Amino acid sequence: MNDKQTSVAGFRRRLGHAGDVMHDRWQQAPGWQRWIVYLLLIVAALLLPSETIGSFMSPDTDWATILFFPIGTYVLLAIGLNVVVGQAGLLDLGFVAFYAVGGYAMALLGTRMGWNFWVIMVAGIAICALAGVTLGAPTLRLRGDYLAIVTLGFGEIIRITARNTDEIGGPNGIRGIPHPPSFEGITIGDVEIFKYGVLDPRPYYYLLVALAVVVIILVKRWEKSRVGRSWAAIREDEDAAEVMGVPTFRFKMLAFAIGASIGGAMGVLWAAKSISINPNDFQFLLSATILAAVVMGGAGNLPGVMLGAFIVAWLPERFRGLQEYRMLIFGAVLVALMIFRPEGLLPSRQRKAELKEGSGGMGTLGAEVPGPESHGEEVASK
Amino acid sequence: MFNDFINQFWPSTVDGLAFGSIYALIALGYTMVYGVLRLINFAHSEVFMIGTFGAMFVPFVLGINSALTGLALVGVIILMILAGMLASAGTAVALERIAYRPLRRRGASRLAALISAIGASIFLQELFALIVIPEVFDRPQQGRIQMALPPIMERTELFSIAGHPVKLHQVVVVVAAVGMMVVLDRLVNRTKIGRGIRATAQNPEAAVLMGVNIDSIVRMTFLIGGGMAGVAGALYLIAYENTNYYIGFLFGIKAFTAAVLGGIGNLRGALVGGVTLGLVENYGAIFFGSDWKHVISFTILVLVLMFRPTGILGESLQQARA
Repeated sequence: MNDKQTSVAGFRRRLGHAGDVMHDRWQQAPGWQRWIVYLLLIVAALLLPSETIGSFMSPDTDWATILFFPIGTYVLLAIGLNVVVGQAGLLDLGFVAFYAVGGYAMALLGTRMGWNFWVIMVAGIAICALAGVTLGAPTLRLRGDYLAIVTLGFGEIIRITARNTDEIGGPNGIRGIPHPPSFEGITIGDVEIFKYGVLDPRPYYYLLVALAVVVIILVKRWEKSRVGRSWAAIREDEDAAEVMGVPTFRFKMLAFAIGASIGGAMGVLWAAKSISINPNDFQFLLSATILAAVVMGGAGNLPGVMLGAFIVAWLPERFRGLQEYRMLIFGAVLVALMIFRPEGLLPSRQRKAELKEGSGGMGTLGAEVPGPESHGEEVASK
Repeated sequence: MFNDFINQFWPSTVDGLAFGSIYALIALGYTMVYGVLRLINFAHSEVFMIGTFGAMFVPFVLGINSALTGLALVGVIILMILAGMLASAGTAVALERIAYRPLRRRGASRLAALISAIGASIFLQELFALIVIPEVFDRPQQGRIQMALPPIMERTELFSIAGHPVKLHQVVVVVAAVGMMVVLDRLVNRTKIGRGIRATAQNPEAAVLMGVNIDSIVRMTFLIGGGMAGVAGALYLIAYENTNYYIGFLFGIKAFTAAVLGGIGNLRGALVGGVTLGLVENYGAIFFGSDWKHVISFTILVLVLMFRPTGILGESLQQARA
């Protein structure tokens, strides 16, 4: 048993080493090389909805449609949640609430006030940032699991309130949400890229890619800035950060607000495409799925998180052949993944170090309860 | 509105006590696991769900379809409670073995345990919706539809308080729940296993040094907590006569709220929290309508965590959290 374990560990270490080499190369590459890679990735994202790729990726459903929802939607939501969970280390189980607020902002302002999509996008982001601060102000004094439960409670409160309030459609939700304004006649290939209709999902997908690019650039800049370093400090040890002069409460609020804005922006875009929304679109399961995507990909590492979201969204669609069993398998995969690779598929390096030490910023499970197999260095000194 | 409250005060109180007892029994599982491992067992809600189906299995196998009386009724109720306990305790132990122990051994992060629990939760729900309900209970294509218990007892009125009837099933629930609580309290405070559990909760390292086998204590904790959730499942089924594969979610959150309300890690707190929550929820429903019942309990949860995170009775199995 021991032999097997060491060989598995050895393999994982070698794999991790290869990853580190790649990572170092990337860090040392000159700016223009990186920009070329970024541009190639964007071009690849734009070419993604083609039929050829689709016939392999999703033989059972329309590829371009699932690229927008769930794949693209999950990726963007995961990027937003990653700011909260991965960077600031705040466990949020009610992220779907902000997505819902964004969706309802689009639906209400679009149908009742007749506002333009772009105006609502800005307003929706502001509303969600506000919602993030409002929710964060009372709850962010809590830590770890307690915060998780409170956010879960808030997510459910928002959903049930939407269901019980007839002024915003009650359980039936809102129908007839306007699409973004179209500019007809601009085509690339055979796609009218600015014609937002009912039939072709590709223009929405391109809009989503554009939104994602903007969000990724912003999030990356934040991560490298003073704000990002403060988040990392809070995640590692909140008390130490506070003592070192980091205004932890303000930065936690900021993380919440930014995460909420990203979720909200996605909500606005999603509502604008799907014409009708109702409270059941915002179930707890969605929050759990997005969190699973973040952790599965490697919390704190943006490419990892995006990969995780892609897998979580794509796998069940790809294997529609297995029909209803997909959620069953999804659950089992989550458990297996946490057992065999708890740091995620593409862990951030810093994160890996924390996990190895057994005293990550989110506290430890059982570090105080050493099992027979654990060695001295794995037990956190508390 | 105030008149409504006067009129419905006693029925709501009785209902609140019955629901509160069920919350309290489930809350015990959260609170014990939290006390010992400092882990919120998110999959505990599914343990409760499986308890309801374990209890459902008894009348299903016996083929009961008319109301029973006397000894037969008592026997069936006891069998249902045992079946619920067995199913739930088995699930809880399996859960610990498969989803938590490998993580605990490696000292993985709390987040990993949380995701593992969510995964296990989804898995168990789907397992019941897709396989257990259609196959075992012989309801093909109806795995996601509410399943009703055959009528096993008449809901006779036992006595009345201020002109409002108190029915048999409500009394059964409260009496059985209080009985289980007393047994559990004795178990934890008077037996050797109980001493091991308390020692581990206070200081796991010292407990190991004193010769406590942590693994078996953790297993016992899950077993007992699961058993209590099984009792809760059986009682819920007896009193409200239906269940479905998704029932655990709401009860799980409510019970967790109850645990936090009473002081997580504190066994008596679970009882106090459960009953308080059941009552407040039902009184609140008189004012705001039953649509808002769940919002009331989530709001209570948020308020308690904000203003008194140690709960009504405080954390007692170990020192307060840092």
